[in-house]
This record gives sequence, C-alpha cells and structure tokens, in this order.
Amino acid sequence: MASLKELSAVPEVLASGHRLCAGCGAPIVVRQILRGAKAPVVVTNATGCLEVSTSVYPYSSWNSPWVHTAFECAGATASGVEAAYRSLKKQGKVDKEIKFVAFGGDGGTYDIGFQALSGAMERNHNLVYVCYDNGAYMNTGIQRSSATPKGADTTTSPVGKVSTGKRENRKDLTKIMAAHGIPYAAQVSPAHWNDLYQKAEKAFSAGGAAFINAIAPCPRGWRCDSKDTIEMCRLAVDTCFWPLYEIVEGKVRVTYKPRVKRPVVDFLKPQGRFRHLFQPGNEGLLEEIQKDVDRNWERLLAEEALSN
Amino acid sequence: MNETGPRLLQGNEACVEGALAAGLRFFAGYPITPSTEIAEICSLRLPQVGGTFLQMEDEIASMAAVCGASLAGAKAMTATSGPGFSLKQENLGFAAQAEIPCVVVDVQRVGPSTGMPTSPAQGDVMQARWGTHGDHEIVVLSPSSVMEAYTLTITAFNIAEELRTPVVLLMDEIVGHLREKVTLDAAGKLPVVDRDKPSCPKELYKPYGPGQGRLTDVPPLAAFGEGYRFHVTGLTHGEDGSPTNNPKVGERQILRIVQKIASRRDELARFEEISMEDAEVVVVAYGGTARSAKKAVRDARAEGIKAGLLRVITLWPFPETRVAKLREMGLKAVIVPEMNMGQYVLPVKRVIGDACPVIPLNKVAGQFIEPKDILEAIKGAM
Repeated sequence: MASLKELSAVPEVLASGHRLCAGCGAPIVVRQILRGAKAPVVVTNATGCLEVSTSVYPYSSWNSPWVHTAFECAGATASGVEAAYRSLKKQGKVDKEIKFVAFGGDGGTYDIGFQALSGAMERNHNLVYVCYDNGAYMNTGIQRSSATPKGADTTTSPVGKVSTGKRENRKDLTKIMAAHGIPYAAQVSPAHWNDLYQKAEKAFSAGGAAFINAIAPCPRGWRCDSKDTIEMCRLAVDTCFWPLYEIVEGKVRVTYKPRVKRPVVDFLKPQGRFRHLFQPGNEGLLEEIQKDVDRNWERLLAEEALSN
Repeated sequence: MNETGPRLLQGNEACVEGALAAGLRFFAGYPITPSTEIAEICSLRLPQVGGTFLQMEDEIASMAAVCGASLAGAKAMTATSGPGFSLKQENLGFAAQAEIPCVVVDVQRVGPSTGMPTSPAQGDVMQARWGTHGDHEIVVLSPSSVMEAYTLTITAFNIAEELRTPVVLLMDEIVGHLREKVTLDAAGKLPVVDRDKPSCPKELYKPYGPGQGRLTDVPPLAAFGEGYRFHVTGLTHGEDGSPTNNPKVGERQILRIVQKIASRRDELARFEEISMEDAEVVVVAYGGTARSAKKAVRDARAEGIKAGLLRVITLWPFPETRVAKLREMGLKAVIVPEMNMGQYVLPVKRVIGDACPVIPLNKVAGQFIEPKDILEAIKGAM
C-alpha cells in the first residue's frame, strides 16, 4: 500500500498541458500506471486520442522516450523496442534497468492491434501493455468497437426506431490475454487508485509480458458529465460491470468485491449513450445486460474459487 | 431514395446515396478520417433497405468481407483513406485475381503513413493503380463535385458489375467533406447494371470460362448459395477455378483479366472539356483540384488567354487516346496541377512526349491548389 502523499511525490512522465479533453480517463490511467514503473520507461503509443493529443508538434507531453508507429502496430513496435534493449544489454552497451510500456485505446487494442498484441504476449516480451478502454473509437468520432458495451449508441451502431444500439457482447480481452499464459494480466479502474498502483507495480516486475486493461471514461462518447469521470469508474466497479481482478500465472484473484453489488442501471443511467434503454419497451434489454453482468461476475468468482 | 428536391449534401453522403441507387446491399468498413461518414451513413441507411452494415476489426478484414459478400451475390462496397487503403491492397489484388465485383472508396488525405488525417491530398493516384502486387488492370474514377460523387459511385458499381472487377472511387478530402446544394433526381434514373449470371446447367458452370452474356471475355458470376459449386482462389487458376502451374493456362488467365479492362480503355475513358477548341495552354486536372483549374481557365479566358481544361474523370486505365490528341493542337504547354509531388503528370508526359512542355504544379502539405496558382502557371507558360 502506498499513500497518496508518496504517490504524489513520484515524478510525472506525462506532463500537464496535453490536449486531451476535460474529464478524459486516458491521462489519469497513464499517470497512475507509470507510478508503478519505478524505473525509466520507454513508451509505445498506438494511434488514438492519447497519441494525437500528447504529441502536437513541436510539443511533447512525454518526459520519456516515446514511439508511435502505425495504428495496428503498438504490440509489434513495443516488442522491437524491448528486444533492442535486450540485445544492447547483451552487448554490454546498456546496463541500467529500463521498463517498457505500450498504451493503446480499445480500438487499437481489441480490434486492429489485436494480432500484433497477441504476438507480443505469446513471445512473452518483458513489457507492459496497457489498454485504456473507453469503449469506442472516440478519436474518429465514436464508432463502435469490440469493446463497446451491448446497447450503447455509437455512430456506427446508431439507435433508431429499429436499432437499440450495439447488439453484440463486449469482447473479454483481459481473459483472452491471460489465456496466452503470460505472467500477469489485470483489470483496473482509476477510481481504485491503490489497487491500480499495486497492479502496475506487479505488472512492471512480472519479468515477462503483462497486460492491464483500464476502464477510461470518455465524456464525449459516453455522454456523461466531465466532472463524473471517477464516479463513472467507481460505478462500473460497484455494479460489477468492470470487475477488478488479476490473473497471475493463470490464477485468478478478485481484488475488490463490492460490499453491495449495485444494479447495472446505476452505471448505465448517467450515460447518454444508454438513454434509449430507459424508454418503454427496452426493459428486456436492460434485463439482458444485467444478466450478462451477473453471469460474468459469477463466473469470475468461480474461477477464483478454482484457483485456490 | 427517400428524399427528392434540392438537398445540402456532403460528398461522402452523396457517395452513399449513389451506392444505394446502384443497389448497394453490403458495406464493411473501419473508421478512418476523412471517410468515416460513409461508414456512419451506411450503418443507418443499409438496414433500412434490407442491406447489411458490418464494422470489421480492421481494413484487411473489411476488404475480405466485401469480397465474400460480393461472391454471395450482394453489391458490396468499402470506404477508407490512405493508411487503410494500404491495408486493403492485398485483398484488392485478390478481388482483381478472382474477378470479384466491388467498389473501394478512398477519400485521400495527406500521407505517407498517418500524414495529415484531416487535410486533403491526391497522393494515392499511383497506389490506386499499382498498390497491389502483380500484373493487373484496375478502373479508378475521380469525382470533382458532390453531384459527381453521386453519379460516379453508380458508374463505379456498373463497371464493377459489368467487368467483374474491383473499381476504385478515388475521392479526396475536398470532395468528401465539401457540402453543395444538389438535386439528386436531376440526374434522372441512371442505368443500373447487374452482373451476368450463368445460364448453363449447374454442372457445366465455369466461373473463369468464356462469357455467356453481353461480353465474351467476362465470365458470368454465380452467387454462392444458388446451387453452383465453384472454386475461388487467389492462386492462378484455370477456367474451372482450380489452381494451376501450367504456364499456358496461367498466361491465358492473367492476360484475360488484364485485357478485359485494357482493351476497353477508350470506352471507359471519361473526361470533361472546357474551352478546349482553340486552347493554347491546356490544364489536365482531376478531383478537387479540377475545381480550381476550372476557375483558373475561366479567369484566363476573361483576360484573353486561350486556356482550356481537360478534366480527367477515369484516371485509370489512362485515357491514352484523348490525351494523345493534345499532341496535335500545337499547344504552348500542358499544365498538370495535383496535390502530390507529381504522379499523374508522369503518364501525361509519356503520351505528350516532346510535342510541348508538360509542367507539373504541386502542393503536398494539405493546402489545396488555388485558382490563382494555376492562373499564374498558365500565364507563365504563354
């Protein structure tokens, strides 16, 4: 456990003055994660809001080496950077400890960057891949991704007379990454900062490929108030829509169990992207979403029980 | 079409309207500026006409989905911009090789790579022609106005269906995001072409044999699910679709897919001519840049300078015959303005040869070429 006082003394890698929107979850995730590195980091960034808004030439918000390549390549690029470090170390040209981290949004991670990410995980590169999951392609204007929750209104799953938003389930990426047999995978929320910090520490010291999935509200896309970002994260956790857990060497541990599991509507209601779900006729869909959340939560608890 | 009368439309919107008018029933895509509106509008409009909108996990998969949908009988389209167009190239080649009719829209932005996502360019002219590997011909059309984004999308589908080939609609950010007042019904009921279907008994069907309908060199295409069993492959294949290493069979197939387009170069050629009769300087332009060229030519004429515009609409196959005629006009110069380092000027130069100077006029950093830039070049050439 670290105190806020200790954490606030850690030098920032992502400087203030970047161009991300007020209330954006991404920079909060980045700053909290990097506190766990305890060593100089080299950052790889997939294309996305975080990349465009922190690298507006001639400025950079990064107090670290930072690499951006093509949209789908963060996993491959980070692999190369880490492999270069290993080679230089072997040649005796570098001796200090450096950590490697990649950040991508859900579009760049769940969808187009999935192949490269899977390769990086399978080869077990010593790096931490962090997905800031805001549940859609926010950079190009709120198109659905495979991380978009069922029922959400996006510009490519538009709500109308017939459509009730995205019909498909969210892809469970954290579990998929853990299924690569990597040393460490976890799900985090910026509202639970100490939990997040501890997981970041573990990820950076895992000795191999680590994956962290962080919920990162986007007030533009979620149609919620920019002052409620942290509150939205908390609701996602308390409703078990976004459980906090880690999978270490295949063993599941749920790191936070809400004392009272709140109904998922508490998370959905403040978000304009789910407004239509509360109109008459859509009760069935709300029930379905609640059932999905319940089933996933029960399964997670069962997996934890099996791990012991 | 639900709406009639004048409307204020964006080029990207008009493209979707054109596609729907041509019978579009399947769209697979992936968000990328400045083409995203096409996907967004398709996601709204296609389900209303019983069609399917699919957002895939990347551009590779979107192009693959379009190939599959077309083979299943649907008129299919995808839309993208530079980086995504690069990812589509392998399956675009597959569509050329397997003779799969489809339309690929590329709303060009500044490249290479991520470039300037919100700024216009015309840097994909050569990628559209040669982006995929191997010998192939491809039809590339370039609209200059919102109305033309509508009509040319219909044309693109018609050519794709008739010749069993992918067709690229090469827009640029200027036309894609331009809003103009257009009356789509003014175009009248434009003809819509559907692919030839086999008429032979099912067991005799040759998916890559001779044509059975209007054209002898374009085989009919059955839709999967209609009872015709056939093999589709990216490997060089014989008439029944089976892979072959036989040089004679392979050569016949490659020559046919090249010739079916190359031999129709003149009938595919589309262009607009302005003040060409007595022109002493001719501007050859296309897409968004042609709008500036039109104004420049008008301004030059107002000053008594005999300038003309040849606006190329079918970029590829190159309108060889029409451009060659410029040789006989005793021109002082041909000016080729384009928002790239000089791509289309190359074939123009090849055809004009030493008949007159061919002058490139280029901008690459996301700013469009203004009428005054072209007017200046015209004056400089006189």
